[in-house]
Amino acid sequence: MKALKQKNEFLYFALRNRKLQIGLGVILFFVLLAAFGPLLTDYEPFDYVNPTGPVPPSSKFWLGTTFFGQDVFTQVVMGLRATFLIAILGGGIATLVGMLLGFLAGYRGGILDEIINVLTNIVLVIPTMAVLLIIAAYLQVRSLAMESILIGLTAWPWAARAIRAQTFSLRTRDFVDMARMSGESAFKIIFSEIAPNMMSYLVMTFILQFGGAILNAATLDFIGLGPTNAISLGLIMQYSMMWGALQFGMWWWFVPPGLAITLIVGALYSMNVGLDEVFNPKLREM
Amino acid sequence: MRKYFGRKLVIYLLTFFLAVTIDWLIPRFMPGDPVANMLARVSVNSTAASVMQEYYTHLFGLDLPLWQQYLNFWANLLRGDLGISAYLFPKPVTQVLMNAIPYDVALLLPAILLSWLAGNNFGAVAARSKWLDNTVSPIGYILTATPYMWLGILLAWFFGIILDVFPIAGAYSFSLSPTLSWKFIGDVLLHWFLPFFSLFMVQFGGWAIGMRNMIIYELEADYSHYLEALGAPRSLIRRYAFNNAVLPQLSGLALQLGVIVAGALVTEVVFSYPGIGYLLLAAIQNQDYFLIQGCFLFIIIGVLLANFVIDIVYVLVDPRTRRGMTGEAA
Amino acid sequence: MLQVENLTVYYQTLKGQVRALENASFTLADGEIMGLAGESGCGKTTLGHSLIHLSPPMTHIGGRVLLNGQELPLTDMQKMDAYRFNEISIIPQYAMNALNPIRKIGPMTEELLRAKKADVRTVMAALKDRLEMVKLPQEVLNLYPIELSGGMKQRMVMVLSTLLDPELLIADEITSALDVASQKAVAEMLVEFRNQHCCNSVIFITHDISILYQIADSILIMYAGQLAEKGSTETIIRNPRHPYTRMLISALPEIGVRYSEKRLTGIPGKTPLLLHPPQGCRFRERCPLAFEKCAEVPPFVEIEPGHSVACWKEGSADA
Repeated sequence: MKALKQKNEFLYFALRNRKLQIGLGVILFFVLLAAFGPLLTDYEPFDYVNPTGPVPPSSKFWLGTTFFGQDVFTQVVMGLRATFLIAILGGGIATLVGMLLGFLAGYRGGILDEIINVLTNIVLVIPTMAVLLIIAAYLQVRSLAMESILIGLTAWPWAARAIRAQTFSLRTRDFVDMARMSGESAFKIIFSEIAPNMMSYLVMTFILQFGGAILNAATLDFIGLGPTNAISLGLIMQYSMMWGALQFGMWWWFVPPGLAITLIVGALYSMNVGLDEVFNPKLREM
Repeated sequence: MRKYFGRKLVIYLLTFFLAVTIDWLIPRFMPGDPVANMLARVSVNSTAASVMQEYYTHLFGLDLPLWQQYLNFWANLLRGDLGISAYLFPKPVTQVLMNAIPYDVALLLPAILLSWLAGNNFGAVAARSKWLDNTVSPIGYILTATPYMWLGILLAWFFGIILDVFPIAGAYSFSLSPTLSWKFIGDVLLHWFLPFFSLFMVQFGGWAIGMRNMIIYELEADYSHYLEALGAPRSLIRRYAFNNAVLPQLSGLALQLGVIVAGALVTEVVFSYPGIGYLLLAAIQNQDYFLIQGCFLFIIIGVLLANFVIDIVYVLVDPRTRRGMTGEAA
Repeated sequence: MLQVENLTVYYQTLKGQVRALENASFTLADGEIMGLAGESGCGKTTLGHSLIHLSPPMTHIGGRVLLNGQELPLTDMQKMDAYRFNEISIIPQYAMNALNPIRKIGPMTEELLRAKKADVRTVMAALKDRLEMVKLPQEVLNLYPIELSGGMKQRMVMVLSTLLDPELLIADEITSALDVASQKAVAEMLVEFRNQHCCNSVIFITHDISILYQIADSILIMYAGQLAEKGSTETIIRNPRHPYTRMLISALPEIGVRYSEKRLTGIPGKTPLLLHPPQGCRFRERCPLAFEKCAEVPPFVEIEPGHSVACWKEGSADA
């Protein structure tokens, strides 16, 4: 009864939170674009559809064409799909690994906590991008899935650390003690008692990891280590730089992909702040 | 304090050990034989091929047991021998990287320090007024959401192509040779500015928001409320809140180092700025694996060193680490 | 002397006004230590805080407060600053965390005094004696708050809050977080502070009546945002008249004989929510004596010198 009431309250504030509305709106727009965009175009991302090479945006080529006459709109739409795939997979893996290690360390404590803590600190200190690029550099064929997994497996430390701290403070609460005394297994306690009580926290962790994966992927793609068999927003920007889009003033080649990333990640941050206000009554504006 | 540093040092040594191991492991166990491929590519130049082949056999010689190969790798590393660059043959990788380092330092150090200082102060001011907050926060969030390379590209396009006031490639003009003249120094600064500024702006947004959020949090802390109840002037309360909020921002800086370095890599690519990022792109495009491995190690070492410096600063500004750890407490 | 007249303070929330303090009127004599007791959420902390720092979401609805005949500018943050610390001071509930964690206590105190334009040298000299009174070594001034134990921090805040010899000191639940032995010591130190004129009158907010028996001159009982009863400590404990006070006192075993950790929980029923409080006497629903008249708010009337009650039964029975 009380939980239900609380949920309604969250929903009430969630639906009225401007930052959340704006963030969700932008994300929804790009998700729809990624889902249905390919239906709006007659071209394939790598097809040389314009024999005269680069042209600025027109009714025929909405976002113009590349140096080679490929349709930028088609590339961006397909790149959006790649971006969302990497964000969900990479952000999901990072959140899951972070949850697993964070729960274990925080709930079990002791030597396991120490080991996980050292591991977390090491991965936290190591520049993720450096590790990513040395692995990616040695892979002859790189797929989107591979890129997502690599990103996910290197991005978990701060999530693990934050979740550990939360778990640590929750594990001494009465309801957890009750469950423990009634002989429930650690796994069950974690997922039925502890996790639901930090749901808001987990959701926000995932949102941040989602955005982080997008930025990481863009960096990797831009430095020449993106997927070898697909198009992505980072790759579009890399190609545009490689083929002199700057010097020739082909702005329609490099503005849309970067703008899409900025808007998506910015919308995620906005959602995060909005959710924080919803879950955290202290931050709500009066 | 000794315990604090001891713990950190163990982590850094472990990290370094792990990084070197990865550096050794990956080329050794990756599917295919990329290094052999690389050697095949340079075999056009027969001296190059034989020199590289010798180095490669020495390191990865299949006749040696694995542990011996691993020890050899460490021994070479400690002598500063990271192999020969295939793409810039016959320069040793270490030398190639040493030539690039000054450019990275020149970009990163000012960008990190200035953006951190400016961002923190700006964020503290923004937390003060609703109007400022409403304009600064969205801009800050958009800036941190911007991929480093894209802001770089936009700046290059606007200031370099449209306005044509800044050069957009290289560290200095081709027509000049490095001399200690005003003309050359001016030229270097002109080339330096846009990559620096682009790195600065993205970080600036992040620090401003971070500080704004931290200050608001600190102003809600008990010690702030107590001072308010005692009628302390706003300036004193804000100063205390700022001093407290700076600490998490400092640890935040340590955590962000990796991301910032990655940002510098792509920014250098955009501006063809001859630091490690630019080298790395060339190394990847030319499949120069020894150079890639060298870049990896140099980045790790740089980040670890920077982390250590931040640790020292942290101890200097947070009395709690100093007192709590030394057992001076009563 | 403190006079509170019809003070009404609400909390502004998104759901509406929480009527946390309704029509409070009472006086506090010079040198009087008044215990302010009631269950949590009864408005006692609201009353204490509104006397020193009435800030949003608290809203001043009506009434006034006079300190030595002068009306306090309760709602004017700037003007009120002149009274804070100098005339009215507080030992907050969160005394353990009340000190800036990254500043040494001595320099922090000096900064605060300088900011308040106090005579730093004289006060810092007096500070040394005060530390002795609460049995803190002089060295604490050279330490950071984390280097002090919880009890030491509490005493430090007590010294700090009373440095400028305020006319009114509000002690907000200062014994709640302590063990029984330290509770007694802190309470006695507070009495000593009053005796040494480190502060004049004291409002001692607590939910533990047994501690009040040790130190308070008078006790004010609150229920659901309204004053229920005020009288001398003897009167309230031996001869309570409000049905709520009677239930409170009878819930305490062997009062005055030894300390009791029993809190004010042994009363059946729930306190009403103050968002939409019931009309009339708010204790009506839990009161065994309630009758039709209780649908009107009972006035807080003096039934004998220094003893006031807000109850239709009591007021009319004696009148």
